[in-house]
Amino acid sequence: MSAKTNLKISTEPLSCTSETSLTKEQFLEMYRFVKMTRMFDEITVRLKRQAKLTGGVFTSLGQEATAVGTAFALEAQDFIAPLIRDIGAVFVKGILPRTIFAQYLGKANAPSRATDVQFHFADLEKGFVGPISHLGDMIPVMTGVLLAARMKKENRVAVAYIGEGASSTGAFHEGVNFAAVQKLPLITIIENNGYAYSTPTHNQCAAAHFVDKAIGYGILGLTVDGNDIVACYETMKKAVEHARSGNGSVLIEAMTYRRKGHAEHDNQSYVPEGEIDFWATTNDPLDRYERFLREENIAPGDELNQVVGEVEKYLERELAIAEDAPLPEAVAAAYDVFDNRIVPPAFKKRILVK
Amino acid sequence: MAKTAKQEAKGLTLIEAIRQGIYEEMTADETVFVIGEDVGAYGGAFKLTEGFIDEFGAERMIDTPISEAAIVGAACGAALLGMKPVAEFQFIDFISNGFDMLTNYAAKSRYRGCGAVQAVFRGPCGSGVRGGPFHSLNAESFFLNTAGLKMVEPSTAYDAKGLIKAAIRDPDPVLFFEHKKLYRLPRLREELPEEDYIVEIGKARISREGKDLSIITFGAQVLNALDAAEILEKEDGLQIEIIDLRTLAPMDKAAILNTVKKTNRALVLHEASLTGGIGGEISAIIAEEAFEWLDAPVIRVASIDAPVPFVPQMEDYFLPQVSEIVEAARRLANY
Repeated sequence: MSAKTNLKISTEPLSCTSETSLTKEQFLEMYRFVKMTRMFDEITVRLKRQAKLTGGVFTSLGQEATAVGTAFALEAQDFIAPLIRDIGAVFVKGILPRTIFAQYLGKANAPSRATDVQFHFADLEKGFVGPISHLGDMIPVMTGVLLAARMKKENRVAVAYIGEGASSTGAFHEGVNFAAVQKLPLITIIENNGYAYSTPTHNQCAAAHFVDKAIGYGILGLTVDGNDIVACYETMKKAVEHARSGNGSVLIEAMTYRRKGHAEHDNQSYVPEGEIDFWATTNDPLDRYERFLREENIAPGDELNQVVGEVEKYLERELAIAEDAPLPEAVAAAYDVFDNRIVPPAFKKRILVK
Repeated sequence: MAKTAKQEAKGLTLIEAIRQGIYEEMTADETVFVIGEDVGAYGGAFKLTEGFIDEFGAERMIDTPISEAAIVGAACGAALLGMKPVAEFQFIDFISNGFDMLTNYAAKSRYRGCGAVQAVFRGPCGSGVRGGPFHSLNAESFFLNTAGLKMVEPSTAYDAKGLIKAAIRDPDPVLFFEHKKLYRLPRLREELPEEDYIVEIGKARISREGKDLSIITFGAQVLNALDAAEILEKEDGLQIEIIDLRTLAPMDKAAILNTVKKTNRALVLHEASLTGGIGGEISAIIAEEAFEWLDAPVIRVASIDAPVPFVPQMEDYFLPQVSEIVEAARRLANY
């Protein structure tokens, strides 16, 4: 077993940290987001199997707590650039499920105008900067967002979510280093989920821990149990305070585990037998949070079931809204390459027509 | 001789024109800022932004680590929040380190509904200064096949100032190539208008009027074309028309077709290597849309298909020479 494995050898069912300032309302709100993440994923997987959507379906199964817990510690004016497994953070920032469904379904009213997949879109008003597929690229982009905020005298923190695999890119290094030099309030969250597609962590990096890279950049490094949603929130709060008060950037390594393949098509043949089951039975972030909420007497009664019932109905309504919208016209492909008030759309060329 | 020097000293060189253009835009619009390596305190490797830091402060003259991906990425991110970055590559050769960010982030952001990237990415390009394989690049054909990036390269001081100002005000990402051989060339000194002006992006310019043959070119090769045209007029009585493209993307097709329809002979000239160069695209436009107007095949004159060598006689061999342009034009005229 590699020194860098995420596996915690515990057969005891885990809970969450009880050192927290969260209120009951906040606990339940977080629960709603984390449950919504899992249920949203179940719907997109269903839609994929029904052949109702084109393109890959990437799920967060097993690592939902990291995105929700960390994003929950942000303010409205803060920016996030999520990874494909951070749909929970996108929900926390106020993006409606109908919008992401519209993206998945390639609807004309999707924010990307059906040009790009999943949550490859942006809502700058809500502090959501859309990611691209090139991993690590959003770190320099978020650095620029923060340079702009500084010039505009706006008090913003920015978060770039990446997997441990993206920490091997040049863009990661250039972005984290530049933000560090400029003492910008950038929080880079490395979600160490064990695999980058099929590549295990020990083939990604020779350092004992990804957070060790923080030392090299001269910034604060924090490690958190990424499946403990309360710990994610508390650690992020610390990071946000550090960044917002002018102390510079932060690197967080969140230890979690990806229970599904890279995307739905991936059969995970590379995963050792029993590993997924082990995590599913002993270290599921949702189970842990539910156990915590019951044990701490925060939701002793029917509260959680109520939330689940509401979310279920809500998501079906949101899906119906998205499904009702029309698909784009084919010619929409020609628009918005440039500002079309200046450069005409890139219409198909008519061959030998005068 | 003294008289000439005095006259020349009156106007602005190409680099001074660009400098003035950026300075004026930064003065007029506080969302304009400069980002790059050594641009602030040092004033840029070519001293284009020398002294700007005293005027605009370190916050708007951002010195970066040696990180072209971060320079481009950060410019994009800042543009999302409404800032107007002018990002510098110390040499255009280093644009390769920002290639991913330019082609995947900057070029596609508007199309993907993720926000327009109003940003200028500029730097010194071009060969002929004995810079060798890594300080001599003409990068346009690397980007010509990427939709979403505009490309500009001026050959006069007037255009340089007008185009940099237009690029800064343009709502889309603009790659702004500055031929370093032209930066301080006395021949390009020019008195510029006092008042604010821009040169519209997307419009070529007739650099020299003629009726017998068209040379379609841009950048430093405009000067070679002008020199060749003088010789051809004197020795052959040929009236050469020269089109200075100024904008390489989106290309001014109308200007290209108009000149071909006028002279019926086209010589496409550029400094980057021949194969896969922008000349192929220009030739294809002419072949497809002005076939019946041609009296001769379209000819390309460009550098050889090699990296740019360093030693003078080898670089001269690499580059298109005035004598070669003259020779090619003669053959084309006599076809």
